Amino acid sequence: MLSRTAENLFWLSRYVERAENMSRLLEMGYRMALMPAAGDGNRSEWRSVLSAAGCAEGFDSDNTELSQATVSDYLIFNRDNPSSIINCFEYARANARAMRTAITQEMWEALNGALMELRKTSMRNLAKTDLPGFIDWVKSQGALFRGATDSTILRNDGYDFIRLGTFLERADNTARLLDVKYYVLLPETSMVGDGVDNYQWTTVLRAASSMRAFHWVYRDDYSPWRIAHFLILNPFSPRSLAHCMENVTNHLERLARQYGQRHAVHSMAVDTYSILTQGDMDDIFSNGLHEFISDCLQRYQALSSAIAETYYHGGR
Amino acid sequence: MFNEMEMNGKVRDPYRALVDWMDVTGPETLAQKRLEAETLFRKIGITFAVYGEGGDPERLIPFDLIPRIFTASEWRRLERGVKQRARALNTFLYDVYHNAEIIRAGVVPADLVYKNAAFEPAVIGIDPPRRVYSHIVGVDVVRVGPDEFYVLEDNCRTPSGVSYMLENREIMMRMFPELFSKLRIEPVDSYPDQLLKTLKSIAPAKCEGDPNIVVLTPGAMNSAYYEHSFLADQMGVELVEGQDLFVSEGRVYMRTTRGPERVDVIYRRIDDDFIDPLCFRPDSVLGVPGLMNVYRSGGVAICSAPGAGVADDKAIYTYVPDMIRFYLGQEPILNNVPTWKCARPDDLKYVLEHLPELVVKEVHGSGGYGMLVGPASTKEECDTYAERIKANPSDFIAQPTLSLSACPTFVESGIAPRHVDFRPFCLVGDDIRLTPGGLTRVALRDGSLVVNSSQGGGVKDTWIMAE
Repeated sequence: MLSRTAENLFWLSRYVERAENMSRLLEMGYRMALMPAAGDGNRSEWRSVLSAAGCAEGFDSDNTELSQATVSDYLIFNRDNPSSIINCFEYARANARAMRTAITQEMWEALNGALMELRKTSMRNLAKTDLPGFIDWVKSQGALFRGATDSTILRNDGYDFIRLGTFLERADNTARLLDVKYYVLLPETSMVGDGVDNYQWTTVLRAASSMRAFHWVYRDDYSPWRIAHFLILNPFSPRSLAHCMENVTNHLERLARQYGQRHAVHSMAVDTYSILTQGDMDDIFSNGLHEFISDCLQRYQALSSAIAETYYHGGR
Repeated sequence: MFNEMEMNGKVRDPYRALVDWMDVTGPETLAQKRLEAETLFRKIGITFAVYGEGGDPERLIPFDLIPRIFTASEWRRLERGVKQRARALNTFLYDVYHNAEIIRAGVVPADLVYKNAAFEPAVIGIDPPRRVYSHIVGVDVVRVGPDEFYVLEDNCRTPSGVSYMLENREIMMRMFPELFSKLRIEPVDSYPDQLLKTLKSIAPAKCEGDPNIVVLTPGAMNSAYYEHSFLADQMGVELVEGQDLFVSEGRVYMRTTRGPERVDVIYRRIDDDFIDPLCFRPDSVLGVPGLMNVYRSGGVAICSAPGAGVADDKAIYTYVPDMIRFYLGQEPILNNVPTWKCARPDDLKYVLEHLPELVVKEVHGSGGYGMLVGPASTKEECDTYAERIKANPSDFIAQPTLSLSACPTFVESGIAPRHVDFRPFCLVGDDIRLTPGGLTRVALRDGSLVVNSSQGGGVKDTWIMAE
């Protein structure tokens, strides 16, 4: 497969996953903001969403007042925000268009259709109460694309690059979702374990579309410890770091088998995965959840670069 | 004016079933179908960008639902005529880069060839596989009467539009399945297979085993990008850009996730000027440095061969009937449009005196740019154009304004006749192949004769009826 094609496929699926995650972060902010909070009129929730999205600096430089409408607009429609949902779909489609031959008609139509819809929408015609509906729509577009991919594309190396993009991005996203808790709690650590705190933790679960799944695994024990375990170490949770890294490792292994060649990136992935298979929640919490997450994010970054180094510069 | 659908107030035979069907279906349903078709085009992303106009870089070409139909016998004649032309043009190309017999025999003037911007000294003496220079010949044909066809021009480099032939059919079959089950229409979907066969058949001397084929595109910003990706996809070969290829030790390679992979045949959709910055334009970032050296040494086949453009020049066009007689010893099956060459003093005088009746074209122009349509121009426009002709007479040719046939077409006011032309695609490799179909282009404005998609023309599906 052409190096450029592999790189495009990888980023294409990352952007689709990222768009979906932006909508999950928004959902989280929206739900948290529905809770009564002390003093600042829910603004810390929206700030935490921006921080977790890695968009706080960009938002601040616009000197916009912090509110649900402004943050939503920034995360959904802002053309200057490289991670905005509309930009994610624009990039994904541009990547798809640059290698139409490597994706199927169904995948193209899913992407192209989503962007055509999105271009017709703006914050102004998205009524306040429509935000949850819009969030659902974005998630369904992601599902549509992944479904089209799963049911139509050849199971060759192209498939592996697509899945690598999806799972690296998803791992990154779940880590960031968890981090929202860190940012939102920071000013008010005294609240750990009280009603608001638990509500916020369950909101994290909800944003990861994992409420029901969690219930099946742990019944109604919504303790932070359990929730963090579900999203970090539980291999059965589809959005957990463990599950994502299991997939990243598998798809890299598949590439090694197909190409008959192993590289440094393969052992890097195995190392990162083993931290999760051998991990322990007590250790993670006592060493600091935020520190653990920061370390994971750095590792994902490094893995992404190593994949590029190994496969995207083919030849010379 | 000849109407494709009617003659002497009666529906012509090939259109009978279509007309009956349209009567039953009714205008509302057709209008509805038309909207559906447009949505489909947009959704699939079948687009065509127009340079230099700004606006939407992914514009849709207007698609008309009413097909243009040829009978089997009409098609047989067209087919023979186009193949004959493609054969003569390729013989000509081989000849001018080798012994130039046609020039020595005084049939084609030397200046027209050697001073032609598309003549490529770098390929003199090269023997491309099977001696073929132009592997895909797009011949533009117009009709002025029941049995009168004229060739308007030949496209020997990279004629585009074949994706519309295929996609138009795809959309028509999706919209009107009942018509296809009722009528016997020749299928066009073998084109990508035949193209692949043709490309395989021109593998270079040094290629061992199954040749590795790629389509080389300038990239997603190119107006015909959709077609490039469509063809690569349909053939199951890589779509590459210049940056994906490199030359090493006399062969061409592409960068892949497994490392370098050798390339044997390049179907290039970029112009000669850009394919190798070491040989042609040094500022080109689209091409592959060193490609021409590999080509010259038989390490790679390039389709179409560099230098093939010398045969599709509008001045050379006037000599194609002579080529057919010279090389093949046959009479041309399809006629040329009578043409005045402004380079000849007598012709120039005639052209300047009759501008309001003529169509004048730039010899090196393409896509309907820079032409003068006399009957549709003001006196002022004619005068300005006359000055341009006088300044460089040899840059212009002129033809009578042909009364192109018209085909019923969906327009704002309903269904009305609009002028059409036709481009079939001829493949030349180990064999000469012609897919039963082609691209019918239609001038959407009332009375307009300009069908080019870059000038706001539309397209139609073309049906060849089975015997």
